[in-house]
Amino acid sequence: MKTNDTKNIMIVGVGGQGSLLASKLLGRLLLTKGYDVKVSEVHGMSQRGGSVVTYVRFGNKVYSPVIDEGEADFIVSFELLEAARWTKFLKNGGKIITNTQQVNPMPVVTGAAEYPKELVSKMEEKGFSVDAIDALDLAESAGSSKAVNLVLMGRLSKYFDFTEDEWMTAIENSVPPKFLEMNKKAFSLGLNA
Amino acid sequence: MKQLMLGNEAAARGLYEAGCSFVSSYPGTPSTEITEAVAKYSEIYAEWAPNEKVAMESAFGASLAGKRSFCGMKHVGLNVAADPLFTIAYTGVNAGMVIGVADDPGMHSSQNEQDSRHYAKAAKLPMLEPSDSKDSLEFAKAAYELSEAFDTPVLLKMCTRVAHSQSIVETSDRAETAQKEYVKNPQKYIMMPGFAKKRHPIVEERLLKIAEFSANSDLNRVEEGTDKSVGIITAGTCYQYVKEVAKDKYSVLKLGIVWPLSEKLIKDFASTVDKVIVIEELDGFIEEFCKNIGVECEGKNIFSNIDELSQNKVAKGLGIEYEAGNEVDAVIPNRPPVMCAGCPHRGLYYVLSKLKLNVIGDIGCYTLGAVAPLNAVDSVICMGASVSGVHGFNKANDGKSEGKTVAVIGDSTFMHSGLTGLVNISYNNSNSTVIILDNSITGMTGHQHNPTTGFNLKGDPASKVDLEGVCRAIGINSVRVVDPYNIAECEQVIKEELERNEPSVIISRRPCALLKYVKYKTPVVVSSDKCKSCKMCMKIGCPAISMVDGKAVIDSTLCTGCNVCTQLCKFGAMQEGK
Repeated sequence: MKTNDTKNIMIVGVGGQGSLLASKLLGRLLLTKGYDVKVSEVHGMSQRGGSVVTYVRFGNKVYSPVIDEGEADFIVSFELLEAARWTKFLKNGGKIITNTQQVNPMPVVTGAAEYPKELVSKMEEKGFSVDAIDALDLAESAGSSKAVNLVLMGRLSKYFDFTEDEWMTAIENSVPPKFLEMNKKAFSLGLNA
Repeated sequence: MKQLMLGNEAAARGLYEAGCSFVSSYPGTPSTEITEAVAKYSEIYAEWAPNEKVAMESAFGASLAGKRSFCGMKHVGLNVAADPLFTIAYTGVNAGMVIGVADDPGMHSSQNEQDSRHYAKAAKLPMLEPSDSKDSLEFAKAAYELSEAFDTPVLLKMCTRVAHSQSIVETSDRAETAQKEYVKNPQKYIMMPGFAKKRHPIVEERLLKIAEFSANSDLNRVEEGTDKSVGIITAGTCYQYVKEVAKDKYSVLKLGIVWPLSEKLIKDFASTVDKVIVIEELDGFIEEFCKNIGVECEGKNIFSNIDELSQNKVAKGLGIEYEAGNEVDAVIPNRPPVMCAGCPHRGLYYVLSKLKLNVIGDIGCYTLGAVAPLNAVDSVICMGASVSGVHGFNKANDGKSEGKTVAVIGDSTFMHSGLTGLVNISYNNSNSTVIILDNSITGMTGHQHNPTTGFNLKGDPASKVDLEGVCRAIGINSVRVVDPYNIAECEQVIKEELERNEPSVIISRRPCALLKYVKYKTPVVVSSDKCKSCKMCMKIGCPAISMVDGKAVIDSTLCTGCNVCTQLCKFGAMQEGK
C-alpha cells in the first residue's frame, strides 16, 4: 500500500469560473508554511467552458504533480455536477466542498442528456462528507459573482490549521488591491457559512 | 529565493539566467507560457513569429549572429519546423541555440499524440527532458552549455504535466554572455551537397561524443533502491509517478538526456539489478534502445503507448497496491468545451450548418464548430489544411463540389500556413471559397497577438497585415467582409460567393468576445408568453440559452447581447435587451 503524508486537494469546475486564482492562493500559502508544493493546471481547449480540474498537493516531499483516483482528501467544486464527476478521485472518508450552483453542460442544454437530480445525497450515500453551500449567493453578497473562489477557499480553511492571518496574507498576495476587501469578505462568508 | 513556478515559467527563467537574448516562437498548448514568461524579461528580445518554421529559422539567424537564442513550439509545431531542424543539425551553431518542444500526451489540447523524441533521433540532435520546474530551469541552462560545447542545437522537451505544473524552484541571477563574433564559414553554414557531405560525418561523430558525455553527466542520475530485483529506467514526468508509488524501493535511472542515450550508462545500471523495466509515456523509445544494445527489459508490454501515465497506472504495472475510487450512482453528462457566449464564430457556423455545406476546417477555437448542435465541420487536420484541403476536394470532384464546400480558417492560422494554400487556389484555379474567421487574436491558446492584430508579443504597436489586400495580391478578385453577428448578411454573401465562377475569400470579422476592449450589449430578454418552444434558438449551442419547463431562458450573467438568437426567433420571443 502506498504510504504518504501528502495532502491532496482537487479544485474542479467549469472552464472560465476562476479556479486558477484559488490554486494560486493555496500554492502561495502552502509555500510560506514550508511545505513542498505542486500545483497542476490545465490550459487550452477545456478552458472554453469544458470540465476543468486543478490539482494541489503538499507535504514533506511531493513527487507526482497530479492526483489520481482514490487519492484526494478534498474536492473543492465550483459547480455541483463537477463535484459528482470527480468523486472517484476522493479517498475513503474524503471531503467534498461544493457550490450548489448548477451550470448545464451542452448535452443537457441540447436535451441529449439530463442533469442528474439529488447529487448531494447521492454523494453522501457513498460515505463522503459534503459541504454544499450557495457560494454564488454569498459571493454576490460580498460584492461580486466572481468571488465564488474565495467563498470556497474560506470554507476549505475550516479544515486546516492555518491562522486566519496566514490566509489573509495569501489573499493579499494573490488579488489586486482594489478587489482585496471584497475578496476578504467573500472568504469570511464562506468560512462562516 | 524559493518560489512556485510553472514548468514553462521555470524554463523561461532558465533561458534568462543563461543569458539568452533572442526568442522567437509560435503559440501552442502546452508550450505558450515559455515565451509569454520570457517576454517579461526586458533583457531578452522576444517575438511571436507567424509560424514555427519562421521562429526556428529566426532563432538560428540569431545564433549565427552570435547571440544565445531559443524558439518554442508544441509537438505538432515541430513538424512545421522540421525542415530547418534537420539541416541546422548539420550546420551546428555559433552561439548556443535551444529548441523548446512541448508534447501533449493525453491530447488535452491537441490533434495527435506524437512523441517528439523521434525527432531528436531522426535529426541526430541531443534532447533534454525535465521532470519538474526545478529541472526545467536547470536543463534550459545546461542546454546552452551543451549547445556551445558540442556545436549543436539542443532540444528541450516539455510535456503537459511538466509545462503546466507549478513546483518549487530557486532562482539565481542572469549571467550575461558576450555576443560571439560571427566569422564567415561557407563550409559550415552553406548546406549544399559538397559542403553537407562533409558535415554529415561530423554530425555522427558529435552524437557519439554526446553519448560519451551523457555517461558521466549529472543530467542523468542513478537513485539506488533497497530492493535490487527491479531497476527502473525512466525520464520526465514518469519519474515522478515512479517515485510517488515506489519511493526508494527500486533503483531508478532517471534520464535527463533522452537522446543520444548512453550504452555504457544503461548497461552499467542494468548490471546492478535483476530485471529492468522502462517506464516512459507514449512510444517505447528508451526501451527500443535498450533492446538494441542487448539489455533485456520490459516496458510497453506493461505500460500502454496510448495516453498519459499516472501514479495509479504505474502502481498497477509494478504490482503495487492502490486505492480505487468510489463513483456516485448517477449518469454524469459530459461537459465538452463549447464556443463562448457571444463568440463571433457562432453566427457564421449557424449559416454553414443551415446551408448544409461541406466545411473543411482548421485548428483553433473554431474547431468547436464541429460539435453538437452545430455539427458544421467535416474535417480538421492541421494548421492551414482547410485552405489546401478545399482545393483538393473541389479539384477531385471536377468542380462539382465548388458550390457547396468552403474552407474555414482563423486569422492567426491563416497567417501561419493558410497563405500558401490560397496561392495554390489562385494559381491552380479552383473556384474554392475560403472563409477567414478574423476574431483579431489567437484565441485558443489564450489571446496572443499575431501579424493581423497590429500589436506584437510585448503589446507594442506593430505593422498590421491587411488581410483583404493580401488576398487580392494573391489573385483573389472577390474578397468580401461580413459581420458574423448578422445572419442574413452572412447567408446572402456565402451563397453569392459559392455561386461565383472564380475563387473567393469571405472575411468574417468580429473580435473575440473575451477580449477586454469588447463592449457587451444588454442581455437578450425572452417574452415567455411568445415562446412557442420551437427550439430554433437551441440550434446555435449558446451556453447562455437553455430550456426551462419548455420555454427558452437566457442566463443574463453569460449573455453578451450578440443578438444572434433574436434573429432566429420567428415569434419575437427573443428580444434585444434595452
